[in-house]
Amino acid sequence: MIRLDGVGQVFDGREGSITALEKIDLHVRAGEFVTLIGRSGCGKSTLLRLIAGLLSPTSGTVKVAGKPVTGPSPDVAFMFQRPALLAWRSVLSNVLLPVELDRTIRDRTAYKNRAHELLELVGLQGFERRLPHELSGGMQQRVSLCRSLIRDPQVMLMDEPFSALDALTRTELSEELQRIKMELSTTIVFVTHSIDEAVVLADRAVVLSPRPGRLRDVVEIDIPRPRSLGQNSHLADVARISARLHALLSDKTPPVAERLVDEVWPR
Amino acid sequence: MTKRSWWTESRASAVLLPITGLIAVIGLWWLATIVFAVPEFLVPSPGDVLVRFSQDPVMLLQNAGVSLLETIQGFLLSIVVGVPIALLIVRSAILERLVYPLLLMVNAIPKVAIAPLLVVWMGFGQGPKVLMVLLMCFFPIVISTAQGMKSTPVELVELLRSLNASRTQEFFKLRIWHAMPQIFTGLKVAISLAVIGSVIGEFVGATQGLGYLIQTSGATADTALAFAAITLLSIMSIILFYGLVLLEHLLLPWAQESR
Ligand SMILES: Nc1ncnc2c1ncn2[C@@H]1O[C@H](COP(=O)(O)OP(=O)(O)O)[C@@H](O)[C@H]1O
Ligand SMILES: [Mg+2]
Repeated sequence: MIRLDGVGQVFDGREGSITALEKIDLHVRAGEFVTLIGRSGCGKSTLLRLIAGLLSPTSGTVKVAGKPVTGPSPDVAFMFQRPALLAWRSVLSNVLLPVELDRTIRDRTAYKNRAHELLELVGLQGFERRLPHELSGGMQQRVSLCRSLIRDPQVMLMDEPFSALDALTRTELSEELQRIKMELSTTIVFVTHSIDEAVVLADRAVVLSPRPGRLRDVVEIDIPRPRSLGQNSHLADVARISARLHALLSDKTPPVAERLVDEVWPR
Repeated sequence: MTKRSWWTESRASAVLLPITGLIAVIGLWWLATIVFAVPEFLVPSPGDVLVRFSQDPVMLLQNAGVSLLETIQGFLLSIVVGVPIALLIVRSAILERLVYPLLLMVNAIPKVAIAPLLVVWMGFGQGPKVLMVLLMCFFPIVISTAQGMKSTPVELVELLRSLNASRTQEFFKLRIWHAMPQIFTGLKVAISLAVIGSVIGEFVGATQGLGYLIQTSGATADTALAFAAITLLSIMSIILFYGLVLLEHLLLPWAQESR
């Protein structure tokens, strides 16, 4: 679904150029849930913006659904760290914003019904007329989720969408996202710097190393779904994979440590 | 609820507190005129002003109406002129560099100095007065609108880009709306300047309006009339200001002030 070949991104900063990403090769299969994990500043957001067509790479190629990315497309939805809702619009009209901005759409009533469905899916029925400031942070992020789902995208790019929320809301939302993911067949690339989140959500976790951002490793997460933290029988698996990601993320740890981890918690 | 929060939050206090302040000032003014025995042609007491008003209420109100009309015309005109200028400034950095110094220059001109010129150019009608109001108040409107649109959060701009929005959509669906609270701040500054502008305009080559009344009453030493006219001007200014506050409250329920 998403294919990156030798992708590099160099920014011209005030003090010389910054290589944000270097030689990234990545293939995300259709319907896959991939988390992208790395320290802050290692180019995670840049990678998402490349896939979204908000940036074009200085080297290499980015393809979505077999076609080179030339700009933003309704098939690819973006969700930000903050809800990014328009304060003057009701919940419903925020969800419908992508539809409203596309002048080629004729049948708007279908989308309106879809918006109601989506809001119900995330437990926000009855809040359609509210203004964003009347909602909690978690509810706002749910509205933002509905907005990115309204055009039924093939790909969802999520940039640390839950990182500004409290721990409980965060757990709740990540469970909801898994549920929605099981209902829709969307391909998801989810950026996080939380190891727990990466393990709970992903089919595969992609680890980036900083300065310049490179693909350090890709970790398969074969724990059965639905997963959640704490209340299931896969704690050992979660711990093993978390430790592995931890090792990959800490700069100083040599690759040997990964083998050690595997010995402590055999697969 | 504590006593303090009752006073700061209740609707009654929102009306009572300003009125208390006003009455206190008027009381002090009255007291001063009595204690220091100031002659009426220098500083009339509030009573003198009230008496003077009741002698000619229709004439005073008619002149107030003339000033009000000029103020509102000039004010609306400056919105019509100011907002598009702000839009252009935000849209193009080149235009901003080109236009900004000019705006600053026009704004820096002492308005009193050009009032006679406006009369020479445009005659004795309402035209130069309305133009004076425009000159007084379009600057804060341009600045606040431009500033508000520029301060649109990057994530919202990026959101619209990711949704393939056109530049026009970015302005009319996002930037203008985001700027609204700041536009209203500019409007509130501008409305007081607009009233002043109408008075300055009427100081020169006018035959009616509160500014004209103040001007002529000076010649006849009818200080009480001048004070009555000034009082009407203040009332007008206050009503216009709170009218804007009310409008903001109704139009922008999502942008209530926090403190
Ligand atoms: N538009 C830009 N201009 C210049 N440098 C940028 C720009 N965007 C990102 N960078 C730089 O690229 C690097 C990676 O940034 P980013 O992708 O935001 O990292 P992350 O999301 O992993 O925290 C950082 O060093 C950042 O300073
Ligand atoms: Mg980031």
